[in-house]
This record gives sequence, C-alpha cells and structure tokens, in this order.
Amino acid sequence: MVSFTLNGQQKEFDGDPDTPLLWVIRDAEKLTGTKYGCGVAQCGACTVHLDGMPRRSCVTPISMVDGSEVITVEGVSGKEADAVKTAWAGLDVPQCGYCQSGQVMSAVALLQMVPKPTDADIDGAMAGNICRCATYHRIRAAIHNAANSMEG
Amino acid sequence: MKLKLAFTGLAAICLFVGAGMALSPASIAQNAQGGTKPDGKTLKPAASFQSITNQQQRSVALFQEAGKVIQHPRCVNCHPATDRPLQGATMHPHQPPVFRGDGGMGMPGMQCTTCHSPQNTPVVGQADTIKSIPGNPAWHLAPIEMAWVGKSLGQICQQIKDPARNGGKSMDQIVEHMAHDELVGWGWDPGAGREPVPGTQAEFGELIKAWVDTGAACPAS
Repeated sequence: MVSFTLNGQQKEFDGDPDTPLLWVIRDAEKLTGTKYGCGVAQCGACTVHLDGMPRRSCVTPISMVDGSEVITVEGVSGKEADAVKTAWAGLDVPQCGYCQSGQVMSAVALLQMVPKPTDADIDGAMAGNICRCATYHRIRAAIHNAANSMEG
Repeated sequence: MKLKLAFTGLAAICLFVGAGMALSPASIAQNAQGGTKPDGKTLKPAASFQSITNQQQRSVALFQEAGKVIQHPRCVNCHPATDRPLQGATMHPHQPPVFRGDGGMGMPGMQCTTCHSPQNTPVVGQADTIKSIPGNPAWHLAPIEMAWVGKSLGQICQQIKDPARNGGKSMDQIVEHMAHDELVGWGWDPGAGREPVPGTQAEFGELIKAWVDTGAACPAS
C-alpha cells in the first residue's frame, strides 16, 4: 500500500507498485489535467510537483511516491501559480493546449526557485517541456510577465 | 528525491577496487587454446598481468585494461567537456537538453531528479529504443575538471592522479572510490536497454589497485 497526498488530500494506492504516478493520477484519481505525451520523460507533458520539485510522472513508479506530497495542475496554488495563470491568459499562451499543464507546472516550479529568472534560467528549466505548436516565445514572455507581476 | 550529494570523488560512473574476489566463470571468454580473448564484455584479471616483468610496463598495461571501463560510454557520458551530458552508446547530446547546474545536479526547475530516480526505472512507453530511465541515488555529472570527453586514455590517467582534478584524492582514496562508490558501480547495472561496462566492479577494482601498487604509470597516449 502506497500512501501519499494529492493536492493536499490523503490518498492510498494498493495496485502494482510499478504503476506510473501518471496513471494513478489520471485513471485512479480521475484528475486528467496531467497529460500523457511520450511515456519516456522526453516531452514534459506529465510534469507534476513531487515534494515541491518538478517531476515527470510518467517515469515515476508509484512506489517511489510513498509518504510524498504530489501537486498537479488542478491543485497548484500560491502567488507563483496565480501569477502564471494571469500571465498565461494575458498572452494567450496555449494554442492546442495539450502540453500546457506540464508547461505551467514547470514554470511555477521555476518561479518558486528563481523569482526573477533570466532567459537562460527559463531555457534551462523549460527545455524539457516540448510544445508542438511552438508557443515557446509566448511561454518565455509569460514567465517574465509573471515574475514582474510578483515584484510589486 | 531530496538527495543533494556533495561530489566527493573522482566522479561519475565507473571505477572500483576490491581484493581477492573470485572471478565469475562467465567473466572470461575461453578460446580454443584455453586462454582468454577480449570480447568487449570481460576484463582480464589483474593477476594475469604478472607475466609482464617490467613494473612500469605492467602498470601501464593494467591501466589500459581498466580503460575498457573508463572509456566506455556508460562512464564518459557523464564526464562531459561541456555543461551538457552525453547519452547512449552513440554518445549524443542528452535529450531533453539538460545542463550542469550547481553541483552537477541540473538547472533550477530541471534537475536530474526531474526524470532520474534513485534506481533504474523500466518504462512502458512507446519508444522501442528506450527500455528504462537510468537512475541512482547519487545521479549527477562529474565536475568539469574531471571531464573525460575528448581526452586520450593517457590524459585521463594523468587527470585521475592529479589531486587538482580528482577531487583532492590520494591514490588510496582513488582505489577506494573506484572500489566502492555507488554511482561508479551503476556502470555495471545500467538498466534495461543499456550495455553495462565490461567485467565486474570487483575485477575493475583489482585492476586499479594493482595499477596503483605498481606505481600508477600512465599510457603515453
């Protein structure tokens, strides 16, 4: 039995301990904001926060999550999340939107660690989140806008 | 997941020394004459170099044998000469693009632990060429002063002996590091879909210890 918190709620999972966290989130907990993209940690669509750090849920066995705190796009909160939400809407960042859950989770984590990121910081943190609509310029601009909005 | 291990050694992924450990029967390929032949998967035992009477030549030969491990992609990929690790048997730049960051642990928001676990993790994805995500509790890059990419075995040998480029280690500490470092040992257990380095960590450790005991001579190139 694996016990963990998901968006602040206590959860247990008693299935195969090798089950990827992604499928526990989507299939068992029915939170479908976190997306399956590649299944091999190459695209970033499945990014969640595990104990406060960004983590690809598709390559995270649920056994590894025992005792940990998982936050998904449905539950992410705080000033960085608020700033990202506002900035994302302000620039119409998403196009098809499939990757955006992962983009948002990575962006929030970056801002939590680096409140005023440079372009290089953004490239370093976001390079693993692929967008097939190539909204990268808007993503970068929105992260800067979010950072600026938190300064006041 | 909160491991932030200080890099305390001649980094990365491949070296070991142990004494008196028996060779696995499978570790030596026997030829028709009853001798051994290189097959890319085994290491010649340290004792087999006793036939080289010149100590310096024996020392060089021991390190050259150990070099089969040291220069394997499993080891070199995480001793990059830039801030980006390499990946796979072809030693291509790591995908997704990741960079060294503090302590070789990656960049803020994209650390090694964003994808790598404390253990190798089989994947159930759709890519036939990716069977598992490699992992280890100490997963990180070797410091830049320990870069091996682009260097000859002789240059790597000199580097390993240089305290300014080996994490301040004595030769005894080098032997210990090669023998027991957990991340070094990952090279022999790299996970599904990845070729392990030759031999065993014990055999490799014996080679390094014998190399040190014979004066730690380096190949000319």
